Amino acid sequence: MTEWLPPALVFFIGALFLPLIPGKARKVAIVAVPALCFWLITALEPGSGWHYQLLGRELTLLRVDRLSKAFGYVFTINAFAAFLFAAHLRSWHQHVAAMFYIGASLGAVFAGDLISLYLFWEVMAVASTFLILARRSEKAYRAGFRYVMVHLFGGLCFLAGILLHIHSTGAVGFEAFADRSLPAYLILLGFLINAAAPPFSAWLSDAYPEATVTGGIILTAYTTKTAVYTLIRGFPGWEILLVVGCVMALYGIVYAILENDMRRILAYSIINQVGFMLCGVGIGTTLALNGAVAHAFCHIIYKALLWMSAGAVLYMTGKSKCTDLGGLYKTMPFTLIFGCIGALAISSFPGFSGYTSKPMIIEAGVHEGLYWVWLVLEIASAGVFLHAGIKFPYFVFFAKDKGLRPGEAPLHMQVAMFFMAFLCLLLGFYPQPLYAILPFPVHFEAYTFEHTLNQLQLLLFSALAFFLFLPMLKRTATISLDTDWFYRKGGRLFYRWTDRVFNGLNNQADKIFMRRLPDLATRFFRSPGVHLQKLILVPYYRLQGLGTVALRQEMERIERRATEGSYPVGVGVLLAVLFLAAMSLLFFMG
Amino acid sequence: MKTDRKCDWLDDPQNIRKVRMIFYMLLALTVLPDFFLHKHTLFYHVEAWPGFYAAGGFLSCAVIIVVSKLLGFLLKRKEDYYD
Repeated sequence: MTEWLPPALVFFIGALFLPLIPGKARKVAIVAVPALCFWLITALEPGSGWHYQLLGRELTLLRVDRLSKAFGYVFTINAFAAFLFAAHLRSWHQHVAAMFYIGASLGAVFAGDLISLYLFWEVMAVASTFLILARRSEKAYRAGFRYVMVHLFGGLCFLAGILLHIHSTGAVGFEAFADRSLPAYLILLGFLINAAAPPFSAWLSDAYPEATVTGGIILTAYTTKTAVYTLIRGFPGWEILLVVGCVMALYGIVYAILENDMRRILAYSIINQVGFMLCGVGIGTTLALNGAVAHAFCHIIYKALLWMSAGAVLYMTGKSKCTDLGGLYKTMPFTLIFGCIGALAISSFPGFSGYTSKPMIIEAGVHEGLYWVWLVLEIASAGVFLHAGIKFPYFVFFAKDKGLRPGEAPLHMQVAMFFMAFLCLLLGFYPQPLYAILPFPVHFEAYTFEHTLNQLQLLLFSALAFFLFLPMLKRTATISLDTDWFYRKGGRLFYRWTDRVFNGLNNQADKIFMRRLPDLATRFFRSPGVHLQKLILVPYYRLQGLGTVALRQEMERIERRATEGSYPVGVGVLLAVLFLAAMSLLFFMG
Repeated sequence: MKTDRKCDWLDDPQNIRKVRMIFYMLLALTVLPDFFLHKHTLFYHVEAWPGFYAAGGFLSCAVIIVVSKLLGFLLKRKEDYYD
């Protein structure tokens, strides 16, 4: 049924009509579009369709296989819950931006060629920026500007890679890259920037926490997970992704522990989780790729749930810093429960969704004998429980009671959180529906007694470490320097440095060429004869050993002769004869 | 959405003590079966030792916390640093 509308177009059409739909009906429309789209994707059959001509090439808007469908499902499920959560918004601006953003990410996932993928890629970058700008604060404007600049840079890397790739191979199809050449590396770099791989990760932790309450929830799912999808499709088994993934898994933890803003803690934990997925892509076996897809699927759901609970807190209290929050369990018990389900799922606690997906990646690494990868991922698994599993709920809902009594979040937010929490539990206890849609047949069982016991030990003793080291984890009202320093502070320093160097050069040049030299020239040309004679004769007299007194007398003589015009005739005639002799000599010899 | 409805069960230190005791018992419960099980290993024999994953989890987190704390001295700045 590939002749049906591509999912991306459903969202685009929805976005265009949304402003025309009045109040109440709009609330229905925003959840109806993702639901309709989900149904459309279930009906899609493997194959490709919607071919079109651009730049003299045949491009494919809709390429359907198990991989693209798996991402399509979770993108629309998440969209449904996120729009439900955002149903209180009166203005249509954020909804339209979100629809374009989600539609473009669906377009990217179903795109069959690199050019279509690139076009959707850029629409995503631009549309998502509006979800940050919609916060309408000075901080958000600046963060949004930095965000879009980084993504445009990533997009340019991607575009350069595409052009070189097409030039060298002549193919536009988006398939796994076979040869490790410059075009493939440029495309990889473009993907990794969107996947928030360090050192290009700061855009995420910088911008997402500045987005609106609902915008943040939508942002968490699509940009990084579209990048994960493209990496699975384009770069399975590239060992460099193992290194990048391990670094991300640990990097996210360390920064999340240092962080004070609850939504920034969750932003750093996205980087940590994407690290796990990248490791799966780097391992590249069917089990690992299944694991990466399954983990992306579960991650989108529990991460959205975590952002929803943080969003509900921000919406009710107007605060997002751990130092301002605490004791909210008293008046927001449901938000607490939903948040804890998300926290347990991200920690891959047995019984929750992370537990049926993440161990697939780790086990795939063990099968390949990758000892270091296994070790890093186990350490990172313990660290996840530390920073997202306990730290987030503890400092927001428990810790020191700050006297905030906000009351429970609005009903539609609770329903959206309930929906996501339900999915987390469902996928934790009964992952078979998820396993059935993975790209390859699944032979994996998470719930062996031994494995479950090991995981419980790992997590519960991580919790013990958290509570024993609690004094070292006390929140401080600080921020942590990340790689965005280079374009935030570094940019300013660079500006100041170039200002000093180039404006200094400019000043010097102005002094020399515009003032000194003209001065000199005017003085010289006031009586050029005198100065010319002095220029030649002074060194000549010096060589002859004339004293300073005699020299001054000679100078005065020159000046007097020049002012009176009284040159001895003999010398003039002699010079003229010599000149003529030289000229005739040259003439006859030539 | 009633703001007067609230639960302050955890304000009582006795209840916190109860929670802590339950937590410690859970910890012991998870390690106990290790002494009676034949455990499989993935890479090295050490993984079959009782409580290997417990020790691993605790030590990993301890190291992560200490390293983060040390990096914090280097990386933490006042909130208005960029303004």
